[in-house]
Amino acid sequence: MSERIIIRGGRVIDPARRLDEIADVLLDSGHIVEVVRGGAADGAREIDARGLVVAPGFVDLHTHLRDPGLEYKEDIASGTRAAARGGFTTVCAMPNTQPAMDNRATVEYVLRTAAAEAIVRVLPIGAVSKDRAGEALAELGDLAAAGCVGFSDDGAPVDDATLMRRALEYASAFGLPVIDHCEEPSLSHGAVMHEGWVATRLGLRGAPAAAESSMVERDVALAAATGAHVHIAHVSTRAAVDAVRRAKARGVHVTAEATPHHLTLTDETVAFGALGGDALLYDTDAKVNPPLRPQDDVDACVDGLADGTIDCVATDHAPHALIEKLCEFDEAAFGMSGLETAFGLCMRLVHAGRLDLATLVERMTLGPVRALGLDRVVPGIATLAAGAPADIVLLDPERAWVVDPERFASKGKNTPLAGVTLRGAVVATVAGGRMVFESEAELV
Amino acid sequence: MTTIRTPEPRPAEPAAPAIAPSPDDTAWRRRHLLDLDDFGAEEIELLMTTTDAMKEVLAREVPRVPALRGSTIMTLFYENSTRTRSSFELAGKVLGADVINVAASSSSVTKGESLVDTVKTLQAIGADVIVMRHSRSGAPYLAARHASCSIVNAGDGLHAHPTQALLDLYTMRARLGDVRGRKVVIVGDVLHSRVARSDMWLLTSLGAEVVVCAPPTLIPQGLADAGEGQLPPVRVETDLDVAVRDADVVMALRMQNERMTGGFVPGVREYSRLYQVNEGRLARAKPAAFVMHPGPMNEGVEISHEVAHGLQSQVEGQVANGVAVRMAVLWLITRVGGRSRA
Repeated sequence: MSERIIIRGGRVIDPARRLDEIADVLLDSGHIVEVVRGGAADGAREIDARGLVVAPGFVDLHTHLRDPGLEYKEDIASGTRAAARGGFTTVCAMPNTQPAMDNRATVEYVLRTAAAEAIVRVLPIGAVSKDRAGEALAELGDLAAAGCVGFSDDGAPVDDATLMRRALEYASAFGLPVIDHCEEPSLSHGAVMHEGWVATRLGLRGAPAAAESSMVERDVALAAATGAHVHIAHVSTRAAVDAVRRAKARGVHVTAEATPHHLTLTDETVAFGALGGDALLYDTDAKVNPPLRPQDDVDACVDGLADGTIDCVATDHAPHALIEKLCEFDEAAFGMSGLETAFGLCMRLVHAGRLDLATLVERMTLGPVRALGLDRVVPGIATLAAGAPADIVLLDPERAWVVDPERFASKGKNTPLAGVTLRGAVVATVAGGRMVFESEAELV
Repeated sequence: MTTIRTPEPRPAEPAAPAIAPSPDDTAWRRRHLLDLDDFGAEEIELLMTTTDAMKEVLAREVPRVPALRGSTIMTLFYENSTRTRSSFELAGKVLGADVINVAASSSSVTKGESLVDTVKTLQAIGADVIVMRHSRSGAPYLAARHASCSIVNAGDGLHAHPTQALLDLYTMRARLGDVRGRKVVIVGDVLHSRVARSDMWLLTSLGAEVVVCAPPTLIPQGLADAGEGQLPPVRVETDLDVAVRDADVVMALRMQNERMTGGFVPGVREYSRLYQVNEGRLARAKPAAFVMHPGPMNEGVEISHEVAHGLQSQVEGQVANGVAVRMAVLWLITRVGGRSRA
């Protein structure tokens, strides 16, 4: 299983120790042994990482593994293989499964299945309400005891403000956050994309940015009132970024994430596709919730990620079957398959000079860990400290590749990026000391 | 796609006596008619002159020509429509095509068969052209992407209704000549109107001054301040008395009852008081101004009975021109479609 490996000569970035230098990383029996220069490595498998970046494995706070119940979209085996290809060594599984992860038995099923079939770490997120119906609290204590690292009704907001208040208060007893998908339903009713000129051009119903930001403001107010921790899922608007920034400045316990697609793609992708052009595409693979927004919102999210208002990148990996996207735009499912393109897409920000590489690595490793406090569950996670789990990713920031969904490990081929060239590739992923992904071309 | 129909020997170049194909029909390269947002003046001109020829055919004692003999046109309407469907059907028949009306339920999803499968099935049966009406914006684009036959959009959701806009233009030109510099006021529920969207594209591309008038709740987002090329360059005005001043054409849009209850406006009374096209308001337009309506009309709501049936109304003329415009579209589309498969 796990072996003795020495990764030689890479640029080692370990945000936890503010390390950014050329070094060797020695792993043994699933743990980091040391990060040194010219380390001895008797009997270890040597990996030449010269020209590559060596970093802690990525952590995704927002993955839809679809298992149990929706295995035709994804399952724990395929989803974690997709994670490995994307450089992720930990994924947090969202609870909108069938049945929902609103009870201990389902969470235990996920953990049991993950122990048998997953190739990276799976940390479950429990539902806030029974059946995710937004009416009565799920047994959060039981879910916490089963190993949940947070609670969310994601896919839907916690619409009822009192339920949200109670959830925040109750969850604080276990030191766990409530993760909210912020969307005021009365403002977004019937919407299939962002409201603006693109929606008008396409004749599609749009949701205004205020549908998101008004609920972010509400959640911030409730977090301030209760002293509890709210984590805002997939922030996508300038107003929401501003709300989080102001709240943090006031000392409210709020954290936030943004997806690679909301950081890089605009609502024009729905009309014209990620490759651009003049022809209207009605690209159902660009139909996501929250919707892709105009450039100004994208810029605000990038600024928020750079200055730390947004704590981390999270994929909102939402795999769907082909037929759920090969249909009229209104009928198509929301979501895109995101694990395998996350790093390459975010590298656009680095190549554009909007973010430095070390910061991006932080936002995909230590950032998410600190946002949810995952190091309490997995000590040493997302660090390269001696004794930490040997979760490592090797990256080539310059390598260009063309997105081909047919090569995804995910069952979800739903990405608007098919045919798009991304610069920045995951070369290899080591999870728990085991090589779980090696890119075909690069490693010798 | 394979065709199970035994290919009939087709006239080498469709014999079209007296349908004088325009001198420059190479201007037409489209296999599908989906929207007018990317039409050039040359193509529009070709459509208009072809429509003239079709009008001439319709005026004959026996209005039949064999131009599309051997072609199969299927109408696939997921939404009810009397005038558009029968207008397309007649257009096909006048040109000698076989026209088959396919019954479709209100939604392909509830029916179980996907739109793509339905289109491929119709094509396999032998459709050369599918004329499609769908409640979902963009549905014809999906069909066109997966079809080798021609797709004609007969109205998709809130998005576009190109043949309606073409007949509106034809009707305007019959009265005004060129529309360049003419002031066209479109009043009413622009937000939910595919006709308005297609009209705005077509008229602005020909240099007409288009003013859109509605309460702010019924104006699409981004219309007033869109960047160049994003949306048609129209002016937005919320006061109808101001909007109609010196107008050449006033077009009223249907105000559906569900908008009254949907919170977009307080109700019929106030809406008709503020936005009804009536004689008093029309008096502010140019003396020769005329009124149009894509139908069906809610008389007494968006348009007064007197105006709808008055001397300045062109509503019936619109309907009559519909057949000729659709003949022109089917004729031009089929020539390209036929060539592309040959």
